[in-house]
Amino acid sequence: MTEPQETAAAAAVELHGVSKTFPGRRDAVVALQDIDLTVGPGEFVSLIGPSGCGKSTLLRIIADLLSPTSGEVHVNGKPARRARLDQDYGIAFQQAGLLDWRTVLANIELPLELHGVDRGQRKARALELVELVGLADFAKHRPPQLSGGMQQRVAIARALAESPTLLLMDEPFGALDEMTREHMQNELVRIAGDTQAAVVFVTHSIPEAVFLSDRVVVMSPRPGRIAEIVPVSLGPRTDDTREAPLFYAAITQVREALRGRPVPETVEVGVSIEQADRERAQGAL
Amino acid sequence: MNRAARSAGRAVLVALGLVALAAIWEAYKSWGPDDGVKLFGARVLPRTTDAAMPHLSTIWHAFGANEVGGAITFGPSKTVLDSVVDAALHTLRWAAAGFAIGVVVGMLLALLMDRLIIAERALMPYVVLSQTVPLIALAPLVTKWGQGSKIGTFAWQPWMSVAVIAAYLAFFPVAVGLVRGLKSPSPVHADYFRCSAAGWWNTLVRLKLPASVPFLVPALRLAAAGAVIGTIVAEISTGLDGGIGRLIITYSQQATGDPSRVYAAVIGAAALGLAAAAAVTAFDAALWRYHRGAAAQ
Repeated sequence: MTEPQETAAAAAVELHGVSKTFPGRRDAVVALQDIDLTVGPGEFVSLIGPSGCGKSTLLRIIADLLSPTSGEVHVNGKPARRARLDQDYGIAFQQAGLLDWRTVLANIELPLELHGVDRGQRKARALELVELVGLADFAKHRPPQLSGGMQQRVAIARALAESPTLLLMDEPFGALDEMTREHMQNELVRIAGDTQAAVVFVTHSIPEAVFLSDRVVVMSPRPGRIAEIVPVSLGPRTDDTREAPLFYAAITQVREALRGRPVPETVEVGVSIEQADRERAQGAL
Repeated sequence: MNRAARSAGRAVLVALGLVALAAIWEAYKSWGPDDGVKLFGARVLPRTTDAAMPHLSTIWHAFGANEVGGAITFGPSKTVLDSVVDAALHTLRWAAAGFAIGVVVGMLLALLMDRLIIAERALMPYVVLSQTVPLIALAPLVTKWGQGSKIGTFAWQPWMSVAVIAAYLAFFPVAVGLVRGLKSPSPVHADYFRCSAAGWWNTLVRLKLPASVPFLVPALRLAAAGAVIGTIVAEISTGLDGGIGRLIITYSQQATGDPSRVYAAVIGAAALGLAAAAAVTAFDAALWRYHRGAAAQ
């Protein structure tokens, strides 16, 4: 069997006219309508929007957990199903989804084990990754012994096990407290830089999307479609980035896009959205 | 508290329970009315005569008594203890065979029902229905089907009918428990395995079966108890000789002479049940890492 030629220019994700309709009891629900999106190699793209805008659905379509009603989905230049079977992407969900009966190391080894990598190589790779996510001291622990943030780091290490060129993340930090969350964002920026993987990242949080991404895809609900794509150029991210005026400017831009119109120059509006965000983060604790 | 201390504590409790039981037995025998306690003409507590409730010491001595009369004794004479142990081991062997068959059949059914929804819809009602058929009605049928069947050099033995009847009781909890267990992984796990392009076998071995352990172990405990009960009932209703079931019958026919022997045999049967349960517990302990939350200890 010969592998299809992978050109250097192949986009990590390519969506053309993707729509998804869920048949309902009374009437069908249009979850996504006519989505066109290209994610370049190594690019970090966030999907943001209110609940029900179809951002998770879109991610699940890219992952081939759902198939689109119409339109085309290509990952690394292959149809989504082929890409899933070839393990072209790694994935992490809001729940870490680790296997409680396996140690941290064995959890990270799982995808390698599923695809017949031999024991020695598996072990070496898992040790490398457990180091990468800063959990070397916990390699022999089991998930119930770890905090939520640590579990999520294990899940990310597991997603990276097969050195995918694409990482799919569905609100992976949604259940974490604010402090842990910022820490994990820093880690993710570093990891994404180290591995050169493209990332598609679903989130509710505007600052999170802006901090992490090269582009923020703003979606609107009913039917879910792309309202605007906001490019973010903040250079290398550090903790100082969170204080930079450009960071706030980008946040405002995304917020405007979410509202579908320029935000009036009043403080109240901005505060109310930020408050809603904070409440959401707290509600998730 | 460490594991050793905990199991030592449990052993003490079990011993205390036995002592308490013995004390109640003897106390009631000493002070209870000879004719038992009656409520509205129905006896709610047994007679306390030696024929109905022998002293524990009498039962104890019965174990040491020589087999005479009804039971056939060839060669060196056997004590009642010998007979009880001998019979219990026979029964245990048949029950183990029945248990093994039951577990295999139960697991295969569960796997089939998990794989095909249609199979679950079609089979589950019959699986449940199967347990409403009285064992006593079933026993002669199984014996008749088995009798004289021969495949090559394999000839059907009477004990196999007993094992099949034991399996009939044992398969049920395994099938029902495992079906639930196989469906127990959360959606996020199922999604992950699908994303990893894991096939049916990998998903089964690395996700579904490990996740099933908390459901499977209680099912196996029920199956073990069921297999022992099934074997004893089947021995009696198919008339198979050599096991504890027959021994109980034999001894009760002699009961007018010596009721303590019936109790000796019953104690033997109870010990069998305990042995079966203990075996499952040992198996369970070996699987501690699959217990929910146990890994946090």
